[in-house]
Amino acid sequence: MAQPNIVLHVADVHKRFGGLHALADIDLQVEEGTTHAIIGPNGAGKSTLLNVIIGKLAPTSGQVVFDGAVLTGRKPYQINQLGIARVFQTPEIFGDLSVLHNVMIPALAKRDGAFRLNMLKNLNAETTIRDEALHMLEDVGMSGHVDMLASSLSRGDKRRMELAMCLIQHPRLLLLDEPTAGMSRHDTNTTIELLQKIKQRGMTKVIIEHDMHVVFSLADKISVLAQGRIIADGSPDDVRGNPAVQEAYLGGTH
Amino acid sequence: MSTFMSRNDLLLLIGFTIAVLTMPLWLAPFGAGYPDLLNRFAIFAIFAIGFNILFGLTGYLSFGHAAFFGVGSYAAVWSFKLLSMDALPALLFAVVISALFALLIGFLSLRRSGIYFSILTLAFAQMSYNLAYSVLTPITNGETGLQLTLRDPRVLDNALFEAGPGLPSPTLLGMPLQGFEAFYFCAALLIVAFFLAQRISGSPFGMMLKGIKSNQTRMHYTGFNTRPYTLAAFVISGMYAGLAGGMLAIVDPLVGAERMQWTASGEVVLMTILGGAGTLLGPVIGAWLIKYFENIFSAINDVILARFWSFLPDGVSDAMVQITSKFVGDGWFLTLGLVFVLIVIFLPGGVMEGVRRIADQFRPSRRSGRPANQARPHPRPAE
Repeated sequence: MAQPNIVLHVADVHKRFGGLHALADIDLQVEEGTTHAIIGPNGAGKSTLLNVIIGKLAPTSGQVVFDGAVLTGRKPYQINQLGIARVFQTPEIFGDLSVLHNVMIPALAKRDGAFRLNMLKNLNAETTIRDEALHMLEDVGMSGHVDMLASSLSRGDKRRMELAMCLIQHPRLLLLDEPTAGMSRHDTNTTIELLQKIKQRGMTKVIIEHDMHVVFSLADKISVLAQGRIIADGSPDDVRGNPAVQEAYLGGTH
Repeated sequence: MSTFMSRNDLLLLIGFTIAVLTMPLWLAPFGAGYPDLLNRFAIFAIFAIGFNILFGLTGYLSFGHAAFFGVGSYAAVWSFKLLSMDALPALLFAVVISALFALLIGFLSLRRSGIYFSILTLAFAQMSYNLAYSVLTPITNGETGLQLTLRDPRVLDNALFEAGPGLPSPTLLGMPLQGFEAFYFCAALLIVAFFLAQRISGSPFGMMLKGIKSNQTRMHYTGFNTRPYTLAAFVISGMYAGLAGGMLAIVDPLVGAERMQWTASGEVVLMTILGGAGTLLGPVIGAWLIKYFENIFSAINDVILARFWSFLPDGVSDAMVQITSKFVGDGWFLTLGLVFVLIVIFLPGGVMEGVRRIADQFRPSRRSGRPANQARPHPRPAE
């Protein structure tokens, strides 16, 4: 086995909000093809970390490197065009559009780039993109909802659709922010199955999650964040047995 | 054919074409079948169709589109004065110059969205209006308005023909554009404008504009640079406004700065919302309704009202004349305001939503679950 290929490297990142040290000295390496979970109690800085990676927040110091390219200072659309897609905690979807169009838009972004003035072509002529989108919706089990208005979907279906919107871009890195938050046990299990299916395709994933059942079903590696610092890093078994993690989770107040 | 245009789109275009070309016939019973008003119907429909590309599709509410309308008018008159009385170069100049103007104002205004964008466009339009009145008098002829004179050079015309006596009037390839000839010229342009809007709306580009209106955050995280998309939409709608302005200069070549005033910008917003923002036909219907009210309701006077109420006993009929006279003539704004308020409260999607609701009554099988290809009923500016 060759040296593991590091796809994402969060290098010495600090983030301050006024007096609050939200992220301190974060160093994180994500290997290609793995599912890397970031866990931690509320307010540990998980979402801040994700926002720094995706370009929504600029780190106070340090940088994020993706496959040799420095992400820090780039705009979210540029970061996406490099091959990073994100599923949000509250689904960010096109509520006014049909499910099919929701999935076709990211496919067009992948094919046409950040801007293209193709206003004389008809959308109906985009049969390849359309078939691709239909196929993707079938993959996530949403074939029956193709023509529905996205805002009328159930919460679980919105998440599945958002996942399809990310997957159709075949991203090299998929960021998932609590993909099962607020879901029923049944929907959670469906989502886990879906994510396991993606895993077999070798896509790299960074996942933020509260639900330990989800984390231990999916993660190859876990980083534990508490009060803006990584307190443990390793395989699921390592992390499960780590006393510092136990303390952080069982209410140790430092 | 199916990849060029869907069957529904084609039927809509054919229906629209027939409706526009037969306007003199079906509007005659309503007292609106005369060319001067019909021209305005076509011109303001184009203005509203273009405005809808920015507001209805992209979700950016501009309060300054009359500036482009005015620029189009001035450009067309200057073409008449300097080059030729032919309509084609005049419209070409109107569209090109308003596009450049829209590029500049759009570039600056689109740095903000939501209410700040609206205020910026309003500010730029009012600036243009005031400049046209004061500093730019050499170009706009200020308060008097820009008009044709006998001393205009008209380089092309004078090179080609012997100048006739009196003020010339606009032509199209030598054919005078007056009366119904002018109307059919405007109607042809309206049909082309509608067709192009339909193409834009149904294209991948149009889909991106709808995506921006629906969720700009997701557009960013999906890999789109939304700024050039919104700028393109802004410039396209500015070009439509310039075309409409140029056409108004053809049928009425005395151009004053009031064409750029904020009331004119507000009027196109009213037209679009009244008819149904985000729909193809809505802005056209809105424009026709408002121009109809403006021209027909404002012309009703007490004599006409007295005749209308004459079937009632004397005292009652006088009272009715008194009451209703407040809503017509100069009071037509009151009627328009009431209609607008009622529509926005009961039909937030405009007249088109009413049409859709009536159509749904006749299709009970499709009533459950709104099909996704319909626009959201609440027009909403981008966040």
